[in-house]
Amino acid sequence: MEKILEVSHVTIGYKIGDFRDIGLKEWTVRHLTRNYHVEIFQAVHDVSFELNKGEMLGIIGGNGAGKSTLLKAVSGIMEPTAGSITRRGGVSALLELGSGFDGDLTVTENAYLRGAMLGYTRAFMDEMIGQIIDFAELREFAGRPFKQLSTGMQSRLAFSIASLVQPEILILDEVLSVGDGAFREKSAKKMREIIGGGAATILVSHSLEQVRELCSKVLWLNRGEQIAFGSDVEGICAGYEDFLATGRIAQP
Amino acid sequence: MLQKYKQYRFLFEELVKRDFTKKYKRTILGMAWSVISPLVNLLIMWMVFGKLLGSNVNHYAIYLFSGQLIFAYFSDATNLGMTSLVSNASVFTKVNVPKYLFLFSQNVSSLINFALTLLIYFLFVAVEGIPFTWKFLLLVYPILCLVIFNLGMGLILSALYVFFRDMQYLWGIATQLIMWLSAIFYSIDTFPPTAKNLFLLNPLYLFIRYFRKIVIEGVIPAPQFHLLMLLDALLAFGIGAWMYKRYNAEFLYYV
Repeated sequence: MEKILEVSHVTIGYKIGDFRDIGLKEWTVRHLTRNYHVEIFQAVHDVSFELNKGEMLGIIGGNGAGKSTLLKAVSGIMEPTAGSITRRGGVSALLELGSGFDGDLTVTENAYLRGAMLGYTRAFMDEMIGQIIDFAELREFAGRPFKQLSTGMQSRLAFSIASLVQPEILILDEVLSVGDGAFREKSAKKMREIIGGGAATILVSHSLEQVRELCSKVLWLNRGEQIAFGSDVEGICAGYEDFLATGRIAQP
Repeated sequence: MLQKYKQYRFLFEELVKRDFTKKYKRTILGMAWSVISPLVNLLIMWMVFGKLLGSNVNHYAIYLFSGQLIFAYFSDATNLGMTSLVSNASVFTKVNVPKYLFLFSQNVSSLINFALTLLIYFLFVAVEGIPFTWKFLLLVYPILCLVIFNLGMGLILSALYVFFRDMQYLWGIATQLIMWLSAIFYSIDTFPPTAKNLFLLNPLYLFIRYFRKIVIEGVIPAPQFHLLMLLDALLAFGIGAWMYKRYNAEFLYYV
């Protein structure tokens, strides 16, 4: 088995405190009066997992479990405070699909911009643009400003662009719940195609059903701590369900 | 390095396209406005200082325009560039892209504005009856230094703006102050030598003076003068680049 992603003992501190938006004057005053507080919030604490080629990892856990923060570190947007992340290949991350688009640009222009952000080439986009628009079912909206699209349509476009390439590591944060029923089916099919193509995929989902169906490994996080990790998908999911019902974590 | 350049060139081009489309809202007049506004400014200054108060500077219209041309580019590039990082927060918190690209692309539209104004500048030079000589080619040097200087200042300011949102107002005031200190509409020839030397500390004054020397006086400035300009440009760019490198992972927490 070829190891594509290795996360070992990763801890990520998130700076919090009232340091934002305070302005230069307030910053100076607080420093002078020794009233400047910055706290480090441990969003993720000592998490380790590894992922091989063709595997799909499901990350489960409630709100504030550190899922998104962990994914940001995997995709390179944040740096871990401790521990190490080893990637063997390109990462394509789909975090909060709808954001990062520009409302004033047209659908086509946005598609190019997003493609550029994901590291595609212009030639590749020229070739694929028709396919992207068709997959997103936005043919008649192609020349319209992006802000005129519904949220579902926006996510559909984002998914279409991101699912095009076959990155070595694909990160999906709550994206399979995109669009209406018909599109969801289509995107799930596309997902299986990508996994079949040999990518290592990370899926964050609140739907345990989806995790059970798609994933070969599960990582369970709770308040930044790693509760369980392994290929015993059924066992971990059951434990999580039990936790949701009783509020207690049964030690496996 | 080359691989990285290739990879991000497409993104850079798309960002430039986006900034341009947004700035001019797809109108032809939009672009004209951004050239017209400094020209109107110029006209007012020329009437007040040239005609009403009566300036005895040779080729006063060109003297004034040289200052206005460079100052307008500087002001435009730094004031617009300042917000470039914050306004793209929704992008760099979700996708891993080099953050300086946002500033660089913002600077391109300022540079295009500058180029258009420069063309009009040369038109004015021709109308004033100043002969074009080979020395005009040397103007490439101050322009190059100015571009680097503006990029550097943009890097510094956009990074600071992430941490301190009141920088916008502070820089607005600073820009005004710099305008008054750059001898745009007055001449410092009658100032005492110490005061004259103090003006050399103002990088913007150096660029303006270079233009005037070449265009109006037809004189090539001393080598030290060239060196000083380059030093200012590299210093600003160096500090800016260092700030981006140092705070690359920190920006995220402040937006």
